[in-house]
Amino acid sequence: MIEPRSTADRLDARFSIFWSAPSGLGQLSAVNHTSIGNRFIVTGFIFFLIGGLLAMLMRTQLALPNNDFIDFQTYNELFSMHGTTMMFLFAVPILEGFALYLVPKMIGARDLIFPRLSAFGYWCYLFGGVLLYSSFFFGQVPDSGWFMYTPLSSREFTPGKGSDFWLLGVTFVEISAVTAAIELIASILRTRAPGMTIVRMPLFVWAMLVVSFMIVFAFPPLILGSILLEIERAFDLPFYAPERGGDPLLWQHLFWLFGHPEVYIVFLPATGFLSMLIPALCGRPIVGYTWIVMALIATGFISFGLWVHHMYATGIPHLALSFFSAASLAVVIPTSIQIFAWIATLWLGKPRLNVPMLFVIGFFVNFIIGGLTGIMIALVPFDWQVHDTHFIVAHLHYVLIGGMLFPLLAAFYYWLPHFSGRMHSESIGRLVFWLMFLGFNLTFLIMHFTGMQGMPRRVYTYTDGLGWDWPNLVSSVGGFVMSAAVGLLVVDLLLHFFYGRRAPRDPWKAGSLEWVTRLPPQPYNFISIPEIKGRDPLWVQPNLVEHTENGGGYLADPASGRRETLGTSVLQARPEEVIHLPTNTFLPLVSASFVAMFFVGFLFELYSVAAAGALLALASGFFWAWRSGDLQDPGEVDAGHGLHLPMHHRNPTGPGWWGTLIALFSNGALYASLLFGYYFLWTAVPDWPPSAYVIHDLRLPTLGLVSLLASSVCVRWAISRLQHAKLPQFRAGIVAAVLLAGGFLVAEFLAMRAYAVPAEAHAYSALLHIIVGYQFVHVGVAILAAVFVLVRVHFGYVGPQRQLGARVMSLFWHYTVLAWVLGYTTVHLSALTL
Amino acid sequence: MNALLGTPGKAVWVHRVTGIVMLLPFIAGLSGCDGIMSILDVRGPMAEQIARLWWVLFWGSVVLGGGTIALVLYVVTRPHERAPRIGSGMGVMIGGGVVLPVVTLWALLIYGVSLGTRQVGGEEPPALTIEVVGHRFWWEVRYPDPVEPDEYVVSANEIHIPAGVPVDFFVSSADVIHSFWVPNLGGKIDMIPGRVNQIRLQANEPGVFRGQCAEYCGPQHARMAFFVRAHPPEAFEEWLAAERGEAEEPTSDLAVQGREQFFQQACMECHTIRGTPARGRAGPDLTRLGARKTLGAGTLEMSEENIAEWIAHNQQLKPGNRMLPYEHLDEETLQALSAYLESLQ
Repeated sequence: MIEPRSTADRLDARFSIFWSAPSGLGQLSAVNHTSIGNRFIVTGFIFFLIGGLLAMLMRTQLALPNNDFIDFQTYNELFSMHGTTMMFLFAVPILEGFALYLVPKMIGARDLIFPRLSAFGYWCYLFGGVLLYSSFFFGQVPDSGWFMYTPLSSREFTPGKGSDFWLLGVTFVEISAVTAAIELIASILRTRAPGMTIVRMPLFVWAMLVVSFMIVFAFPPLILGSILLEIERAFDLPFYAPERGGDPLLWQHLFWLFGHPEVYIVFLPATGFLSMLIPALCGRPIVGYTWIVMALIATGFISFGLWVHHMYATGIPHLALSFFSAASLAVVIPTSIQIFAWIATLWLGKPRLNVPMLFVIGFFVNFIIGGLTGIMIALVPFDWQVHDTHFIVAHLHYVLIGGMLFPLLAAFYYWLPHFSGRMHSESIGRLVFWLMFLGFNLTFLIMHFTGMQGMPRRVYTYTDGLGWDWPNLVSSVGGFVMSAAVGLLVVDLLLHFFYGRRAPRDPWKAGSLEWVTRLPPQPYNFISIPEIKGRDPLWVQPNLVEHTENGGGYLADPASGRRETLGTSVLQARPEEVIHLPTNTFLPLVSASFVAMFFVGFLFELYSVAAAGALLALASGFFWAWRSGDLQDPGEVDAGHGLHLPMHHRNPTGPGWWGTLIALFSNGALYASLLFGYYFLWTAVPDWPPSAYVIHDLRLPTLGLVSLLASSVCVRWAISRLQHAKLPQFRAGIVAAVLLAGGFLVAEFLAMRAYAVPAEAHAYSALLHIIVGYQFVHVGVAILAAVFVLVRVHFGYVGPQRQLGARVMSLFWHYTVLAWVLGYTTVHLSALTL
Repeated sequence: MNALLGTPGKAVWVHRVTGIVMLLPFIAGLSGCDGIMSILDVRGPMAEQIARLWWVLFWGSVVLGGGTIALVLYVVTRPHERAPRIGSGMGVMIGGGVVLPVVTLWALLIYGVSLGTRQVGGEEPPALTIEVVGHRFWWEVRYPDPVEPDEYVVSANEIHIPAGVPVDFFVSSADVIHSFWVPNLGGKIDMIPGRVNQIRLQANEPGVFRGQCAEYCGPQHARMAFFVRAHPPEAFEEWLAAERGEAEEPTSDLAVQGREQFFQQACMECHTIRGTPARGRAGPDLTRLGARKTLGAGTLEMSEENIAEWIAHNQQLKPGNRMLPYEHLDEETLQALSAYLESLQ
């Protein structure tokens, strides 16, 4: 018998046809943000359990003095992998998972803007994590700490493959952080529901926008540092070796240039959670929305000026330290603003004391303690005493567990109905909270004292009689209480998915858009995309759920059979285009597998395999780009409510252009880190560069530079011809640019062959080769992209009406030329000033 | 500080107070000097100033942090019926989030920077400079030779200083990064290969202070300790004058035999004993080994038996250290060797 179905159910059935993921193995082709977000969250949680297990082994060892539960080697591996896992495989990915899952739902989009990219990021994360952990099977576990300081991590002092597993595995994982960041920025800026102006964006989305920009700029220094260290280990090019013009402090600068923003990359999403939960759970809008946004942005900027506070004891002049001390204290202010905005909101509202709120309270207590000890160690003299002691271990766990894990668990319980369609259990949840809260404080509060008693970090054992025995025992007991809490959490979850009470729609009576969806949500999120009229749409727009469900918003017509969402303007969120989103595909998995081939090949010194992997990954990238187009051009499409919009290919600054732009920011940060390395060594190391190594004959390099500059002019001219539909001239311009770029390659190659000393000789010549190598790779890719565009024009994917592909190529081209202007100045001109 | 490795001390009562979890470490901290490496057991001006800073920070945190936490607990548990009289809440946010931190942090910054500036040392010349080189996993100590300028008096794992005067330590490393730290005297400074860092420390009174490597340096980072012995200045001069000389000639037959074994077993490849052909530099200088408090950079207490134990089983006692194990040596040889080495005072 067929029941008469509502409009919503009819639409749902039709949307589901082309939005669902296939079953069985076909699931691996899913690209939808809900699936990908869930995968990140589940995988991140599993790594959290593993990382916790490593911690418990360490706490068992340290429970008693002179304990021989595990040996030094195992302990050193454990703490290295614990930190690495918690930072790279748990904290960042699980938060990204939440963001990938929640952001489109909060901004009224059907999916992320580059669904395949997020799927690709997930595979990179998973493969990178598995690669890192496979070191256990080879008995080559990284043991140089999560911070990998050179020269301890260099080949001389860590001869096995441990450091290589770390460098390659973590870099692989970091790709996923960067792709997710690009994805989130472009989605947040370009796919918000109409009417969701930038000042109506939910605060979690604001937090993720800031965090994503931070990732774009903060991860490249570590990626670059890791690449250099891996090259030093594999090919003996000295970057960090003091005997050949390198400096171990270069690694520390690059690491903490990443490492400090990283703390805020982990903390700010958590503040975003709190800014969503607290208003919802006390039933009133947040106090100081604008102030919180400003605080997020300020934190993002200041966090890049703090890195040296991890290096107070490295002998940097005190004047410089004072600057970083001031910056470290300054970052307290935006954080305090957020804390007191939440307190004011709680004060004015009617807080419900349920499990999510308990975790929020736990956050306040623990994070305030962590923040206060943070102020203490921002002061240089105090840090000189407690640096690298258990005081720091205590501090960082108060910040990360208090500031990230407690909000994460609050968020977890709060959005649980979203993931499962069920409500959490108050009784078990409360028990989890209390065990966690007490266990955590028992473990770590005492640890401040242990550190002040003089116990250094990263020691696998300690003698008795130093006053370290009983505080360590207390910490170990507390650690086990905390693991009991985590165990109970797992049980709670398992029970939840089977026996949880069904959740009603919008169970918390929250105001934000993600609660408009069904619970659990359909893959397309919204049957139609509503017009947004306020910061808390569900509170200010009555019947929003029915309106959306019954097709009252935009893009309610499933007739096209395409996955679509609205492209809107950056600030005002005015509809600009209909974005055609890709559907299920194995391409991300295939591409990530090729990248894995590169990393694995490199790890095992099978360089031909690595090269094949890199080429296949590049080829799959071009195939990917090829598939991104659409031969049909429907012209304008009806988005509903009389709104006719072009498809996104017609927008010269469509999604692909934004994605490329942001990716180039990240690439630029990588390059800037490379140039930083060059100038850092120049200032830090005596006789750098050695005058005998400097290239004095600049005729060929200058010819190359001029040739490259001319190619940029050609590309610019060609694009203007494309606009005027002069296709033959466009082709001629591109061909000329390619030839000129080839001219650069020849000229610079000849110059290097004639004059450059071997890269192994000195850090200067090593960096010279790397900077020129970076340029060669970019020019090579630019040439391929230009040829690709010519082919696309030939087949009709790119044309005067649809310039997006050509625009993306030209953006990359100009970046490449700009990079060489800086590169030429650095490696050729500046050395001559000696 | 008489007991070498210290005693658990006064803090035993503290861990009964587990109920007051929140204040536990701070209450324990009040007792200060129960651990021999406590940063609050201050024996020098730098440590003193930092301890004073700590107490300012601690009480400030108790007041501000405790106040904020209490406020949070109040606002989440207060009865909903009573309307809060905080207007739009902006006053709370700006007062707590801007005014409060700006005022307190400015004050702290000025305090912290001026303190740090004072500690990096003024124009005043040091009474003595000592070079310390970090090795995996021990400490090479070099004093300026009081007789021959440009020469050094080399020792290991124990640093003698004159009390009551500032001493500059110039630190570097022979391999990976280490960190030089004597908590009773002051803060730490990293020892970085290719660089020389400096820190000024002073012991107020004669005494023995324990130090330990604070930067992770590989397998035996945990067992890389050393001791600083502060003498009255005249006693220090005497000590240094004696220290710079050649090693004691062995007196007992056993010790004479030990010296022969020392060369037969090729110990001189890695160790120096001044006054003998032993000139190795890879391991610690042994010229005055018997006078040190410990063996293996704090691993064992110094005694003849322990020397024999160390020679034979150092890889069990401190696995991964750079010395070869001599488990194949017979009891007699070990005894002779340890008798000789112990006699080097």
